[in-house]
Amino acid sequence: MIAGGAAAATAADLPSTESTDQYTFQGIIRDGQTPLEGVEITVSGNGVEETAATDASGAWSIGVADPGTYTVSIDPATLPDGISLRDPAEFESREFTTASTSQIGVLFPLQGAGGGGTGGEGGTGAEPGTGGTGGDSADPGGGSAATGTTDSSFWSTVLARSVSGLSFGLLMALGAIGITLIYGTTGVSNFAHGELLTFGGVVFYATTTLVNWPVWIAVIVTLAASAALGWMHDWAIFKPLRKRGVGLVQVLIVTIGLSIALRYFFQFLIGGGILGLSVPRGDILNVGPIVMRTGDVVSMVIAIFVLVAVGLFLTRTRLGKATRAVSDNASLASASGIDVDRVIRIVWVLGALLTGGSGILYTYFIGANIKWDVGFTVLLLLFAGVTLGGLGSAFGALVGAVVVGLVTELSTLWIAADLRYAVALLALILVLLFRPQGILGRRERVG
Amino acid sequence: MDFLAILSNAAGEILSPTTAAFALATIGLNVHFGYTGLLNFGHAAFMAIGAYAFAIFTMQVDPTATLGWPVWLSFLTAVLVAIVAAVAFALLLGIPTLRLRGDYLAIVTIAAAEIVRFTMRTSEYSAITGGSQGLRGQDYKGDVDALNPLTGSTYGFGPWAGSAYDTWIRILAWGLVIVALIIVWLLMRSPWGRVIKGIREDEDAVRSLGKNVYGYKMQALILGGVIGGLAGIMFVLPRAVQPDNFATAMTFYIWTALLLGGAATVIGPLLGSILFWVLLSFTGGLLSGLQSIGAFGDMTGTQAGQLRFVLVGLALIAIVVFRPQGILGNKKELSFHV
Repeated sequence: MIAGGAAAATAADLPSTESTDQYTFQGIIRDGQTPLEGVEITVSGNGVEETAATDASGAWSIGVADPGTYTVSIDPATLPDGISLRDPAEFESREFTTASTSQIGVLFPLQGAGGGGTGGEGGTGAEPGTGGTGGDSADPGGGSAATGTTDSSFWSTVLARSVSGLSFGLLMALGAIGITLIYGTTGVSNFAHGELLTFGGVVFYATTTLVNWPVWIAVIVTLAASAALGWMHDWAIFKPLRKRGVGLVQVLIVTIGLSIALRYFFQFLIGGGILGLSVPRGDILNVGPIVMRTGDVVSMVIAIFVLVAVGLFLTRTRLGKATRAVSDNASLASASGIDVDRVIRIVWVLGALLTGGSGILYTYFIGANIKWDVGFTVLLLLFAGVTLGGLGSAFGALVGAVVVGLVTELSTLWIAADLRYAVALLALILVLLFRPQGILGRRERVG
Repeated sequence: MDFLAILSNAAGEILSPTTAAFALATIGLNVHFGYTGLLNFGHAAFMAIGAYAFAIFTMQVDPTATLGWPVWLSFLTAVLVAIVAAVAFALLLGIPTLRLRGDYLAIVTIAAAEIVRFTMRTSEYSAITGGSQGLRGQDYKGDVDALNPLTGSTYGFGPWAGSAYDTWIRILAWGLVIVALIIVWLLMRSPWGRVIKGIREDEDAVRSLGKNVYGYKMQALILGGVIGGLAGIMFVLPRAVQPDNFATAMTFYIWTALLLGGAATVIGPLLGSILFWVLLSFTGGLLSGLQSIGAFGDMTGTQAGQLRFVLVGLALIAIVVFRPQGILGNKKELSFHV
């Protein structure tokens, strides 16, 4: 993930090497929030070959006098242990042509061993006509692979990406089950569901990093706050709307309004940049060709455990059966003596709780970071998972979310990493074309 | 706090070219949602397609320089390319989705819009699309600037003063808005418009009358999409092409404007867009003014700026719940039933 905001600001502070240089290649190499010092970058071409090392702030800059095409390469051997380029074939060495801008930002996306490492970032010089975007915008490449490899052979990369995709899919499944339960019981497609995920991440950030509570207390507080938020959603907004008899499309637009309001409220609270969480991410583990951190293994195990528990709840307990009954046919369930409003309230609490939990796991997945709009980035993938699995089916959501997780991570083997979310969304559209009810959905649900 | 400056800035939004582009996009969405009942949550993609098609054609083909075409011809060709691209996108989007239920269409359109944005901002095609940096305004504004009949330095007065280029874009954009309003007004009182509104009210009833509902929906999607594509061109003429301008937030603001003014009315989108921008500018100015005199304690200026988007979200909720027909709308003409 490319840290936003800092790019444009730091670009101005970079020392210029020589005053005769017309063009400057520059960037900042960082792993997460940690600048990497001593990484060597070489710019060659047009009779120039110059190497520079990054300084203490991770910044480097190489000036050239003449316009033309230059090859900018990074020396992976100078990267610290456990950190590698995300896609060596693509990023180790690239050609840049000088254009009208005098400063050319060069980006080296990194992956930490086992950590969704973040990339180096490229600064851009002030460019007339365009508002300086730098890296400040929502970055679809966010959340890089949670696993790396010790060697770079194709199959070990496939294996590492699969593990990472599975991990991403499982954490998304937690959120997707929330969406699908709410859809099943109330018919509402909740576009503000991503904000429940961000909420989990933000509370976790506040409790671990701002007030320095131990992780286990922070997790409990986050889950309790998420459950309370879910209760509030139903109590303050959705139950009154049901009582008013507001149509489903109106409620859908209400969730969009809620999503905008919550998202900017989070930005109001934590600002527009990426914040690092001060949580331990565990030691680096080598399992066969795969490199990952214990924190990632733990989060996968937790996700599987919670998903099994939700499955048992839905199939074995009275309340879970009532939930599925309301989901199937609310009026019939009501006639059989099930308190539909109570079930819906519980579904909201459970959905928000699960999604808050997936928010905690997501901060780990993207390398102990949080940003105000992460939930919205993930939301469409959640919807893709839910729709793939079949709207309204909890087990479908699980399958769909894992498929989406695997598709996003594995697609980076062949296409640019910043297009992988597009691939998942494309898969969603294709499935709707050929099997509109989704993988596990029932035909009758489609109009 | 300079209250006059805040009012003047807000008043400036009434005639700004951005408001015109936004009004045009809202008119397009009104054809989709207001009249046909299509839940299009990817309207920003039509704008992006129009804007990129126009800019990329102008930059890459550049008929004025390479083929020696007159300036007006290459400008119109670029607009035509944008229209064709918007039609193609509407077909691509409509063929798989228009047979599906409404909320599926909502998810697919929002997904398609994000695919478009991701594709435009990926570094893979940055040679053509400019990647996440987008395209610079000066690279595609040449033709439209050369067509400018205005030669003076400033036009207009008070908050509506602008340079010759600025005024020329205003004339073009507002001219298009008026043309689009007239087209929509004429179409919706034609037999075609009655079928379209019939589909919104009861699809099956229209189908039982022997009408090709799928075909009519497709035509409406294309019409609204083309208007959206033109809005995209008008949106980027006063600025640069930035992929993140066409994010889902843009679509949601267009929805807010449409619901504010009143869906399924001819003037509603125009009124809604103007009110949206005026209120956004006014609350933004007011909040930062109050912040600067210390009314919010130690809140920063950026934070005050974000509060107004919280207000946009809350306003959207309030409109939809308490006055779903908007300011001008008729409650009988609501398209809120899927």
